[in-house]
Amino acid sequence: MAEEVVLLDFWPSPFGMRVRIALAEKGIKYEYKEEDLKNKSALLLQMNPVHKKIPVLIHNGKPVCESLIQVQYIDEVWHHKSPLLPSDPYQRAIARFWADFVDKKIYDLGRKVWTTKGEEQEAAKKEFIESLKLLEGELGDKPYFGGENLGYVDVVLVPFYSWFYAYEKCGNFSIEAECPKLIAWAKRCMQKESVSKSLPDREKVYGFVLQLKKAFGIE
Amino acid sequence: MEDVVLLDFWPSTFAMRVKIALAEKGIKYACKQEDLFNKSPLLLEMNPIHKKIPVLIHNGKPISESLIIVQYIDEVWNHQSTLLPSDPYQRSQALFWADYIDKKIYGGIGKRIWMGKEDQEEAKEELMQHLKTIEGELGDKLYFGGEKIGYVDVALVPITSWFYTYETCGNFSIEAGCPKLVAWAKRCKENESVSKTLPDSLDIYGYVVQLKKRLGLQ
Repeated sequence: MAEEVVLLDFWPSPFGMRVRIALAEKGIKYEYKEEDLKNKSALLLQMNPVHKKIPVLIHNGKPVCESLIQVQYIDEVWHHKSPLLPSDPYQRAIARFWADFVDKKIYDLGRKVWTTKGEEQEAAKKEFIESLKLLEGELGDKPYFGGENLGYVDVVLVPFYSWFYAYEKCGNFSIEAECPKLIAWAKRCMQKESVSKSLPDREKVYGFVLQLKKAFGIE
Repeated sequence: MEDVVLLDFWPSTFAMRVKIALAEKGIKYACKQEDLFNKSPLLLEMNPIHKKIPVLIHNGKPISESLIIVQYIDEVWNHQSTLLPSDPYQRSQALFWADYIDKKIYGGIGKRIWMGKEDQEEAKEELMQHLKTIEGELGDKLYFGGEKIGYVDVALVPITSWFYTYETCGNFSIEAGCPKLVAWAKRCKENESVSKTLPDSLDIYGYVVQLKKRLGLQ
């Protein structure tokens, strides 16, 4: 019986990118459906009635929501290739901890960097860099958070790399100057097709952010 | 020889999740109470990133974040009382609802109710809406886990020890809006792992009254 996999997504979403990378790592064929978040499809509202958000993974007609849950699901169902989570329970708990850290810190702080100004923006930039430095510390000398290969934390974090240029332009700072090891890690990830084909061009993301700023009346 | 230590704070609903899971599995552990206004060097060493409880220390190695700890406990001590379903799809659904509970019910909405400021009415409405949604997910099942306590039950039941406090501070009845959920909570307490873990509702209320005094609220 053929697997039917559909992904409801929105091209600039780092959460959607996580799922794209995981599906690519596993070599899974799927149908990609672009959502217009200002005009959500009936399918999206049916498949994610609780949050009405993308990404939604629909596997043989059954929806899975929330990107971290989707990546874990993909890893469990298609476990024959490219394992993302470690097999050791303690290592798995550590990976989940850092994925949770990325979720708690990176998206919201990054958002504050491009939506605020003045003192609020400076505070957000500071905390954003501090958070990236903590992640750098966790990476250490490993090529990837997953060790020798791309793992769960890599998949969870690397999508934000496509937004770094937009953050830097809006916040007038250099992430590479502060976190060179992390940028080196991101570039290493981008050499993998599963990542490079899943992340949009950084100029395109910046253009999107500028459009949003206009729409929200943010200078 | 297993060595299990839990850094705890007795009113914490997050810590209660871990205690219920440990009890379900019959695991012996040392429970260390933290003073959150004066955190121990052990806590700061074991959770340097967030500096929060609960922290589970297993054979000297720390695990933080309550839902991550519960999953860890379920995986390591898999010989009895499995909390998460074995089917990947069912597991994804359980993880989804625990995440919903974390975001919508455990995420600070209670504080807005017991603080009693201008946003209290809004917080009450929001809480009831989220509790109704989760009540819908329970449906006619005995537990979210089916015939017995599972991951979502463990994730949710601790907050019920705070219901009396919310109701008293907010002057409303959660049972009136969500009778099935309150019935489910009572059913959970028929399990020793829950009844021996959840503090008395009046003790929580007393704690909040003291906390409000300390914070200069009345």
